[in-house]
Amino acid sequence: MARRIYYLVIAMAVAMLATGAWLALVWAPPDREMGDVQRIMYAHVPSVWMALLAVTLNFGCSIAYLIRSNWKADALAEAAAEVGVLFGAVGVTLGSIWGRPTWGVWWTWDPRLTSAAIMLVSYAGYLALRRFVEDPERRATWSSVAAIIAFVDIPIIWFSVKWWRSLHQVQSSPSTVDPKMTLVLRWNAIAFLLVMIVFIWSRYRIALHQRERELAPPEALAAEPQSRTPAAGALR
Amino acid sequence: MGRLPRESYALEAQDVSRRYGRRWALARVSFRLAAGGSLLLTGPNGSGKTTLLRTLATAIPPTSGTVRVLGWDRVANRAEIRRSVALLSHSSFLYEDLSAEQNLLLLARLLGIPSPKEAVGSLLSRLGLGHRSAHPVRQFSSGMRKRVSIARLLLKAPKVALLDEPFGALDPGGIAQMEQIVTELQRSGTTVVLATHLVDQGQALCKERLHLVEGRVAAA
Amino acid sequence: MSAPDSEADQPSQAGALGLIQQLFANAAIVLAKDLLIEWRTRTRLNALLFFSFATLLLFSFALGPDTKLLERNAGGYLWLAILFSSVLALGESFRVERENASLDGLRLVPTDARAIFLGKALGNGLILILIGLLLIPVMVALYGVTIAMGFGPLVVVLVLGCFAISWPGTVYSAIASNARARDVLLPLLLFPLIVPALLAAVKATSLVLQGDPMLQLRSWLTLLVAFNLIYWALGLALFPQVIEE
Repeated sequence: MARRIYYLVIAMAVAMLATGAWLALVWAPPDREMGDVQRIMYAHVPSVWMALLAVTLNFGCSIAYLIRSNWKADALAEAAAEVGVLFGAVGVTLGSIWGRPTWGVWWTWDPRLTSAAIMLVSYAGYLALRRFVEDPERRATWSSVAAIIAFVDIPIIWFSVKWWRSLHQVQSSPSTVDPKMTLVLRWNAIAFLLVMIVFIWSRYRIALHQRERELAPPEALAAEPQSRTPAAGALR
Repeated sequence: MGRLPRESYALEAQDVSRRYGRRWALARVSFRLAAGGSLLLTGPNGSGKTTLLRTLATAIPPTSGTVRVLGWDRVANRAEIRRSVALLSHSSFLYEDLSAEQNLLLLARLLGIPSPKEAVGSLLSRLGLGHRSAHPVRQFSSGMRKRVSIARLLLKAPKVALLDEPFGALDPGGIAQMEQIVTELQRSGTTVVLATHLVDQGQALCKERLHLVEGRVAAA
Repeated sequence: MSAPDSEADQPSQAGALGLIQQLFANAAIVLAKDLLIEWRTRTRLNALLFFSFATLLLFSFALGPDTKLLERNAGGYLWLAILFSSVLALGESFRVERENASLDGLRLVPTDARAIFLGKALGNGLILILIGLLLIPVMVALYGVTIAMGFGPLVVVLVLGCFAISWPGTVYSAIASNARARDVLLPLLLFPLIVPALLAAVKATSLVLQGDPMLQLRSWLTLLVAFNLIYWALGLALFPQVIEE
């Protein structure tokens, strides 16, 4: 049953992505000021939204793990962080690419982009921490702690970078008013959401299997210890 | 707050299991030790003796099973258990750059012992460390470090003493002194669990025995 | 043998106050221990100080002889030097605890993990403040700055910034000291996290050094105070999870 839903979601995601691409590249009108370059927003913005959603899921799972020591929460936290970093990296890269033809620079210190980049490094650190701790229980506890600390920082980073930039001329992105544009944006956002759900679900299954391999099963407790004397004839 | 059950056991382990990754270091260990009793803990290397002692000391939680120390539940009354239990471990718990006296004073102050300096001073001379008390522990031999660790345990005046290989790194004189200390602890009513490879010394000191093989209770 | 029922009979209010008093008392003992160790290994502390001076010097060489540029950005260089030194100081703070499992020894006394956190974080903060105080005259000499708003506000910024690094840094250092690649892991975790505090500290320092005609200092100080409060509270809540298994 879960299998069926999974494949259904994949199918829907592919379908929505395909149509979303057409909508973004063909159907939506070009932006008044920036022209066709603006179309990258339809991929950039949903990417960043998904990244934020993913790290929020990671935050929830981390709290859940600290309270209940539930391995599913830990596996889901790992999956959410990895997929979040993926979407974040895509989002930041697209943002950078958008800046190049618009203002001729590879990096604008736009508050949102800057905050996203900082968050990216933050969660890359989280993933590194997971890699560098062998014991599964400690890994789960410590990464939950790191995740909570990192997540609480997100709004603080956002405000501080905004204040930092507001003292200078800020090239803000133009507001999308055209209802057609809003529709395409929302369509693509949902498409990206479906893709993210598929990614997180798959990654979650992998993480869960990995946990099972790492942790001695309770069934092993019932087995008798192996005899210490070698079986007859074993030394021949 | 935990209340003592009618039979007052100092230590109770019920189906205690502890896993490290793929390995069960302890597998369904159960035993009971009455207050004032003495238990010899034996078993080959890697059989779980240290893990069991650390679990009883509440340094680590069991993965499953229950532990009660002096009638207290290890989850609800961890602080009370720790106040009454002292662990003599492979690790000395000492700060290398502080002197023996400073290490002990730290413990004394945290315990709230009145007139800490006198208490620490007399303990150090009793264990033959008075003359080196100002030198950083970093300069101590392993035998002397063991003696400082013992001083830490005695300073706490615990109701339960968990000794993990207390004879390690001691010369014959040190071993004799350690045996004397264990005997005195027992005489003062302290419950003692002694893990050691020196089975003869252990059996002379302890009335009961628990043998572990691969994390399980086994016949000796 | 009967277990004494220590606090059950006292009114809970006195019990809570006593608990807090005990927490601070034990934190003070842990702090004293850490400062004593720093004093007894002060050659290491000296080396750390010279490292921080060298960092300031390197910035002058790396960023060229334009004295106007150096003067304008002096606040930034100061805080980068403090930040780099903090990685070393924070790392050392828990290396000391790992040597003989001393941290275990502390918590088994028993010492409340929150008292350990307070003691260690305060100690780390004080070390960073000391480094900062000694860096200020070096900064004045190398970058030719004047302290327009006076020494007092500068010290306030220094204190807030150093503790902003210390609260989360102490938690991260406890984690990293037990992980592989601990030298890299600590800065990797810490640097992105303290960006807001770094921004605020640098801005505030620059304003104190160069003057604050538009009265912006207050906003940056508010951010620093908020950051301190949030991460002090989070540290208190999460540090026990880190050191208790």
